[in-house]
Amino acid sequence: MKFAILINEGPYTHQASDTAFHFAKAVLARGHEIFRVFFYHDGVNNATRLTTPPQDDRNIVDRWSKLATGSELDMVVCVAAAQRRGIVDDGEMKRNGKDATNLAPGFRISGLGQLVEAGIQADRIVVFGD
Amino acid sequence: MTTKKFMFVNRKAPYGTIYAWEALEVVLIAAAFEQDVSIAFLDDGVFQLKKGHQTKDIGVKAFEKTWGALEDYDVTKLYVAQESLAERGLTADDLAIPVEVLSRADIGKKMEEQDVLLSF
Repeated sequence: MKFAILINEGPYTHQASDTAFHFAKAVLARGHEIFRVFFYHDGVNNATRLTTPPQDDRNIVDRWSKLATGSELDMVVCVAAAQRRGIVDDGEMKRNGKDATNLAPGFRISGLGQLVEAGIQADRIVVFGD
Repeated sequence: MTTKKFMFVNRKAPYGTIYAWEALEVVLIAAAFEQDVSIAFLDDGVFQLKKGHQTKDIGVKAFEKTWGALEDYDVTKLYVAQESLAERGLTADDLAIPVEVLSRADIGKKMEEQDVLLSF
């Protein structure tokens, strides 16, 4: 089956990103396909490479990055939600005159059309949020 | 393009959190993609439609008027849970736009007909 995943909450404050990660791993382990993981609302905060949790805790951002590079997972961060919350890639830095970027490896910033497309293309879209 | 039935399930009050506003942004994009869009308002989500939003004192942009623009996007299927209105002392007359008031059970049946359910 072809899944899409929507994550609406940030890391650590909320369980949504953890549960979505375990779900994504299980989906792939069972041989299913993930069309896209889309990060919206505070979910975009899962994509900052500046996250530095204590050493004895899980690194939620790195975990997503590693999963993406290991399985060619398409992880998309909503541009409008990212702009509000200061998640920046090279393009956004130049476009908005910022002096830094913080998008973690494996993520890309794009529009909400990518979420709608995921809804159209996937057999099931699963929402993780509050 | 494939057309699917997208239902947005709005459960949160209009202000206090950003869920309602960012849900509306997705609704407009789904409509622009010419999908078969409907919106269900449940729980505190019914407050999103209440007439007379006044947000000046909290310094947040009011988006009540955007509901009136939904028709221009061919988004006309708006379902409001009867029980959620009643629990909050509201009736359909308190709402800014015409909607279909349904029981929770009937909204559940509408949900079963959907291809994509996005809950905010």
